[in-house]
Amino acid sequence: MDLIIPSEGLLFWTTIVFVILLVLLRKFAWKPILGAVQTREGNIQKALDSALDAEERMTALTAQNEDLLKQAREERNVILREAKVAGESMVAEAKEAAQKDADRILVSANEQIANERMKAVVELKNQVGKLSLEIAEKILKSELDDKAKQESLVNHLVEDVNLN
Amino acid sequence: MLYVKNISRIITVALIALLSLIPSNASATIVEGTVNSSKELNDFITHHVKDAHSWHIWGENKTQVNADGTVDVLSSTAIHIGLPILLIDNGLVTANSDDFNELRWIEQDGDTTYYAQGKINETEYVMFHEKIYHLGSGLKLDEKGHPTNSRPLDFSLTQNVMSMLLSVVILLLLFLPAAKKYKKQGIHSAPKGRQNFLEIFVVFVRDEIARPNIGEKKYARYMPYLLTIFFFIWLNNLLGLVPFFPGASNVSGNIAFTAVLAVITYLVTQFSGNKDYWKHILLPPVPKALYIIMIPVEIIGTLTKPFALTIRLFANITAGHIVVLAFMGIIFSAKNIGWAGLSVPMGLFISVLELLVAFLQAFIFTMLSALFIGTAVEEHGHH
Repeated sequence: MDLIIPSEGLLFWTTIVFVILLVLLRKFAWKPILGAVQTREGNIQKALDSALDAEERMTALTAQNEDLLKQAREERNVILREAKVAGESMVAEAKEAAQKDADRILVSANEQIANERMKAVVELKNQVGKLSLEIAEKILKSELDDKAKQESLVNHLVEDVNLN
Repeated sequence: MLYVKNISRIITVALIALLSLIPSNASATIVEGTVNSSKELNDFITHHVKDAHSWHIWGENKTQVNADGTVDVLSSTAIHIGLPILLIDNGLVTANSDDFNELRWIEQDGDTTYYAQGKINETEYVMFHEKIYHLGSGLKLDEKGHPTNSRPLDFSLTQNVMSMLLSVVILLLLFLPAAKKYKKQGIHSAPKGRQNFLEIFVVFVRDEIARPNIGEKKYARYMPYLLTIFFFIWLNNLLGLVPFFPGASNVSGNIAFTAVLAVITYLVTQFSGNKDYWKHILLPPVPKALYIIMIPVEIIGTLTKPFALTIRLFANITAGHIVVLAFMGIIFSAKNIGWAGLSVPMGLFISVLELLVAFLQAFIFTMLSALFIGTAVEEHGHH
């Protein structure tokens, strides 16, 4: 029976010892340990969170990069297309201008040629005239002793020349 | 206050423990202090699981029992530590357990029982089955074999008190340096060694006991209490399993020890009780006519919890001690070394089982304490 009847002494000392132990451990052990464990867990959680966050941001960044790349590619295509069009139109314009120039040059060359020919014809006419005069002079000198004959011949010649 | 002494003087210890049965009609019988019968084995085990006023470490007495009730110690191999005796008997009386230096015997239930007698400050006391009585005109037993003498209040620093203090010292030596490490190294280093080992259990108490039973919001307040009872009970359970000095005391299997912890849990629970908790007890959800029955039932219901806590821990730990000793005792009561073939493996098996029980009972006590606190602080605890 003694076994199940608590003794006053042990009741008293257990209470005292336990309360002192509780106070000491609470102040000097549990508070620092629990505090440190909690802070560390907080840090780990924070680190995990930030890692996750970084990953998310990475993904977002990658997606953004791809978008940019795609956009750039599109822009490049547009630019290329525009450049091609511009180049083609420029070539066409140049061709047209060249054609015009060529035409103009051809026209002016033709005009010039015509002028020159005219000049040459006039010159030739003059030369021929002069030559004819000289010939006529010579012929006249040698043949025209008869004045009447001379005159009819000259007249006849001049008429011929005017026909040209 | 403590001093080790080879006792030729006597003692309280040798008392019940290791002495043998003697025929009461003998005028002078020489007794070798051994366990010679199952009755003595029973006495030995009962003595072991109880508290003691001095700390027996080793050995036994060879005594001569005289017809006049006195006992002479012929020789002794016993070593013990005398512990302080503190009595409240018209003021504080201090002494040492070695002051109970006259060994006597008396017939109880037809058997011889030893007791010690001693004079402290001119007053004569007797120590009978580790209880101190006034001697008065001599030790008188009633028909049930209980002394009829009056008792002073006994606040002695017994073996269990000393063992408990030892557990306190061990706990402080374990946890204070670990806590200091946290302070010094801060939280930026990974826990190492002992710190890591202890942290596992601290976190275990927090995450497996406090959080699920008390709730995320309020658990933190009760952590110091839960951690302290968990480690205090566990360490005392383990110290009790160490079969030699300074272990082997049955502290956590003593009903006074378990009762104190259970009462503290009860008080913590009641003082934590919120409006819902008290409403459930004082205004239970039944017709008003039944209040006269239900309110006492609810109040008794709160009292059975610490009672169950007390008995559960006490019975589990004491039973473990008894079973291990009983297996070992078979060898001595059968007086045949051959029984060791059974006793040692079975004793070993039970001891290993007790290692598990030591942890388990500390866990259960802490878990139920958390559960009771949890029901008291729960926000809407109606069913």
